[in-house]
This record gives sequence, C-alpha cells and structure tokens, in this order.
Amino acid sequence: MTATKRAIAAFGKFWWEFLVGDTPGLLVGTIVVIVAALALRHHRTAGFIVVPLIAGVALALSIFRGRKTDRS
Amino acid sequence: MSSSAIVLALAVFGASAVEAVEALTIVLAAGTSRGWRSAAEGVVAALAVLVVIVAGVGVPLIHLVPIDVLRVVIGGLLLVLGLQWLRKAVLRATGNKALHDEDAIYASTVAQLSQADAPSSNSEVPDGGWRRSLSGPRDAVGFTVAFKGVFLEGLEVVLVVLTLGASSNRLGLAAGAAAAAIVVVTAVGFVVARQLSAVPENTMKLAVGIMLTSFGVFWVGEGFGLHWPGNDLAILVLIAWFAAIAGTLVLGMDRLTRRSSAGDRSTSRVPVQRGDEVGDSI
Repeated sequence: MTATKRAIAAFGKFWWEFLVGDTPGLLVGTIVVIVAALALRHHRTAGFIVVPLIAGVALALSIFRGRKTDRS
Repeated sequence: MSSSAIVLALAVFGASAVEAVEALTIVLAAGTSRGWRSAAEGVVAALAVLVVIVAGVGVPLIHLVPIDVLRVVIGGLLLVLGLQWLRKAVLRATGNKALHDEDAIYASTVAQLSQADAPSSNSEVPDGGWRRSLSGPRDAVGFTVAFKGVFLEGLEVVLVVLTLGASSNRLGLAAGAAAAAIVVVTAVGFVVARQLSAVPENTMKLAVGIMLTSFGVFWVGEGFGLHWPGNDLAILVLIAWFAAIAGTLVLGMDRLTRRSSAGDRSTSRVPVQRGDEVGDSI
C-alpha cells in the first residue's frame, strides 16, 4: 500500500471512529436533531423546545443501551 | 467579554485540558522509558504539524465557507463529540464503564516501551527515568510514541478549537484558551508527574460534554435560522438543560446499577482498567 493510500485510509478511519465508533446511535440522534432544526426553523417556539429535547432523548437512549453493552 | 465568549473559552479550555492530560501521560511514559530527547522532539514535531493544520484549514474555513453552512456542519460535529463525551462520563460515573485511569495507562505504556529494543547507546544507563537528559541519544520508538500521542490527542484539540472558534468567529480566543490549557496541564503534570490520575478527568469530561453538546445544538439551530430566545444567552439555558439531563441520568443509572447488582452479586462494578483505544480517548 502506498503512503498516499495509507494516509487516506488513516484519515477515513479517524473520521469513522470520531463520528460512529461504538456509538452509531448518537450519530443517528445528531442527524435527527439537524433534520428537526431544519424542519422547525420557521416555528418561533417549537424549535427551541423540540431540538434540545431530541438531543436529550438520544443521549438517554444511548446511555441506557450502553448500560447493557458496556458492562459485558 | 460576552457570556457566550466566556462559556466558549471555558469549553475549549476544559476539552483541551482533558486531551492534554492524556497526551502528557504518553509523553511522560515515553520520556521516562526511552529518553527525554526523542520524546521532546516527538512533541515538538507533532505540535508543528498541528499548527500547520490549524493555519491551513482553520483560516480558509472561516473565509471561504458560508457562515450558516459552517455553523450547521460544525454544530453537528460538536453535537456528536459532546454526546459521546457525556455518554462515557455518565457510564463511568455510574460504574457501567471502566474509568480512564492515567496511572494504569502510564504503567502499561512504560512496560510496553521497556520491552521494545532499547536504544543502543542507552544500554549503559542502569536506570533511565528522569536522569536521561535532553542531550541523551536519539530513539525512534520514543519519538514515534510521543509524536503519535501528542498528534492524535492534539487533533481532537484542533477539532474543538476550529469548530468552536470558526462558528463563532473567535478562532483567536479558542486557540488562546487551548494553548492556556496545554501550558497549565504541562506545568502541573511535570510537577505531579506520575500522579495524573489525581486529575478529576471524568468530572471534567462531564462538564465539557455538557458545554460541547449545548454549543452543538445552538450552532445547528443558528445555522438554520432557528429562533433562540435571548440569542447568545440561550447557550446558558441549553447548558442548564443538558446539565439537568446528565444529572438525572447519573442518578437514575446509579439506582438501576445498584438494583441489578443487588440482584446479581456476581456482577460487580466494572473495575478500573486501561481504556485508551482510539474511540475511548475521544
């Protein structure tokens, strides 16, 4: 493998570990937050309530799942 | 200085301090077991590469990419990072994940490096340790380990500096806060060398995770033109919101863990162990 290919592979691995790693659910949660912010951008009240709420739910779900998987 | 600037500086300082502790542990291990000259050269080389990345990526990022696009992308990255930190901190605080023990990492790294081929010109030195001076012989293993440790942990600092600094147009403030954290941790680290486990890393990670998550949600909303009551002050409300969620999760998970442990005595809390794989260091 050439040095360029190795560098590209390392770069890709870094971003995969950074974004997905062992918590793909948090990436999904983040995408849902982004979509919700886009969808609610014209609502004055709903946006600032729903968007942080979704982030909180995503965190809670991931932690609850982590309780079962990380102990094993 | 506005409240959002203070919070931003605190977030960058905290995140950089956590990463600096992890990098310093590796550098101390490399320096102690392989000699200080190569470890120092590895640190300097890694810092030089990181400076080039900040200058080469950070400055064009601010000037070339539309600010709203930048805020959504950066907000998303901050949100992923913040949620990952919060998740790990809550799981560690409640005994559901092994604590990140710097003493164990230090001991393990020293043991691994000591098993590697010793630098030939060091063979006459009976006790490496602090006695090896900066004018000692060069060692490729020591250089590589110190370089990788500083570069990988530093890359995360760069990411936090670029994301928080660029999205708020305060790259200088973010870089300054990161530099201050690195200087403080390095100074303290060398004074209390080998006692880095005394740093309340998980508490820091929890606090910084709350701030990164809050900034992430805020910038994603800003990028799409979401209405935040009080504008920048909404960041403080978001911090309070995520702190409340984190606190509730810690209490709730702790109760759940105690209940399941009581039901199954054999399932004890996860012991402290080395946990520095790539994903774990984030």
